[in-house]
Amino acid sequence: MKQYLAFVKKEFRHIFRDKRTLLILFGMPVAQVMIFGFALNNEIDNAGVAIYDMSGDYESTLLQNRLNASSYFFIERECESTDCIEESFRQGKARVGIIIPHNFGKDLLTGQKPEIKIVSDASDPNQAQVLTSYATAIILSHVRDRASVVQQAPVVNAIPRMIFNPELKAVYMFVPGVMGFILLLVSAMMTSLTIAREKELGTMELLLVSPLRSWHIIFGKVTPYWLLSFMNAIIVVLLGITVFDMPMNGSVPLLLASCLLFSLTALALGIFISSKANSQMTAMFVSMMGLLLPTILLSGFIFPIENMPIVLRVISNIIPAKWFILIIKGLMIKGSGMSILWKPISILAFITLLFGIAAIKNVKPRLNQ
Amino acid sequence: MKEKVITSNKLSRKFGDFVAVDEVTFEVSKGEIFGFLGANGAGKTTAMRMLCGLLAPSSGSATVAGYDVSTQPEMVKKNIGYMSQKFSMYEDLTVKENFLFYGGVYGLKRKAIIERLSMMLGLLNLSHVMNSLVGSLPLGWKQKLSFSLAMLHQPGIIFLDEPTGGVDPITRRQFWDLIYEAAYDGITIFVTTHYMDEAEYCDRVSIMVDGSIKALDSPENLRKTYNAASMDGVFQELARGTSTK
Repeated sequence: MKQYLAFVKKEFRHIFRDKRTLLILFGMPVAQVMIFGFALNNEIDNAGVAIYDMSGDYESTLLQNRLNASSYFFIERECESTDCIEESFRQGKARVGIIIPHNFGKDLLTGQKPEIKIVSDASDPNQAQVLTSYATAIILSHVRDRASVVQQAPVVNAIPRMIFNPELKAVYMFVPGVMGFILLLVSAMMTSLTIAREKELGTMELLLVSPLRSWHIIFGKVTPYWLLSFMNAIIVVLLGITVFDMPMNGSVPLLLASCLLFSLTALALGIFISSKANSQMTAMFVSMMGLLLPTILLSGFIFPIENMPIVLRVISNIIPAKWFILIIKGLMIKGSGMSILWKPISILAFITLLFGIAAIKNVKPRLNQ
Repeated sequence: MKEKVITSNKLSRKFGDFVAVDEVTFEVSKGEIFGFLGANGAGKTTAMRMLCGLLAPSSGSATVAGYDVSTQPEMVKKNIGYMSQKFSMYEDLTVKENFLFYGGVYGLKRKAIIERLSMMLGLLNLSHVMNSLVGSLPLGWKQKLSFSLAMLHQPGIIFLDEPTGGVDPITRRQFWDLIYEAAYDGITIFVTTHYMDEAEYCDRVSIMVDGSIKALDSPENLRKTYNAASMDGVFQELARGTSTK
């Protein structure tokens, strides 16, 4: 026990001596949350509209007013031709063009089903999709209102309501993702790097001829990073709640327990990597390519897993961060409890166990080479 | 008859079909400086790793400080000091922090470590580096500090794996003074080296060729037996002897 404590103390000395490590450890999570929270924003806010109103009657003016009144759009330009719409797309002033046909009002009131064209700037496809659907929704609801007033036709009204994230805030997605990413980075990459460093510098040899057992070395390495990554997770959650108004609907102890579990997963991965890698370069490369990249791409952090081809969807199941993100989202946003989250939690625990066993089995003989 | 602190009896190690160490038998007495010589790849390092409890022997047996290396490696490790050819203190920690760590690893108390460190630094005339970062010190000093580090827990036996590699002749000479002092205090020194002049400083020398010990005696007797002017000549003679076989 004393030997273990001596090791942990030494590890902390390494961490606090190196300003760069400290910066990565504590600057990174804050920077990440801020960047993802503020910059990577998919929300629609006052998009410019170029409108080409061929009809110019009372009904089309009403429609224009309706668009202008919504917080999503404002009429940037009134056009006299379709070329003009393209022109304003090119200038970057408008992102959606709306073309109202001749005799719009008359056709609408007589049940002729006039066709409104919505054109959107698809150079940013995601945004174009969102904008088009918003515009469609506004136009349809307006048209339905008008038509029913005149004809009193029975019309079915669908009223959508987004729950859990009514304002469609992107940051709700990013906070759990960043937490997963940071925990993985700190726990897996840092541990694999420091073990590789000891091998590279030859200090590992001295540790091996000392009376230290391999569990001293492994747990001595892991403990400081476990504590630090846990602190990081708390920082990220607090930032999410205070700066970005993330809700915290579920149980806090369960949230903390999940963070501890996931950093354990990451540490097991880190030790597994370091058992194979003999230099810091290799350790770095493997953690980047083998852990961080798949986590960003396949965990549902940035790209929704549901939209992926079946092969990637299957692969995503072995990405531990996917389950962690599911758990955190469930806990923070939906307020789910253990009765719902037992599945991802036990999957995560199972993955941790698997990698933990593999890591320890591999490290023991490998350390001696 | 002096007490035997290292005994090796037909100690062997195979890697697949390759026999790295082939039935090596020798004994080292307490307080002796035992030189372990051999060309690169002769099996020195493998033999040394087995004696340090790092590698299990394929056959044969050995005891170090009275403990069997294959069944009690943990006890062996507690009772030996080790200094590797690669410099192995943490450069980003201070001298004191390095000693505190290794002392802690051997279960020493903080107070005892500091006392012993001050004493050892005093002997080396290096008292002023106590709180310096190891990375900022010249190589010769680091080497002496490594030796002190290996002596920190007062082991009865010290294994030195090419301790003077890359060090200038004056520092090497000073380093051997440290070794003599330790041997005078009754500590057994097991040292590998490539420098033949250093072999002359040893009480007894073994020369390993292709996994087995080809010669084992005092440097003086070896020179007589092989009719050579220096240890270098003995080494050449033995190495040539095998190449013509």
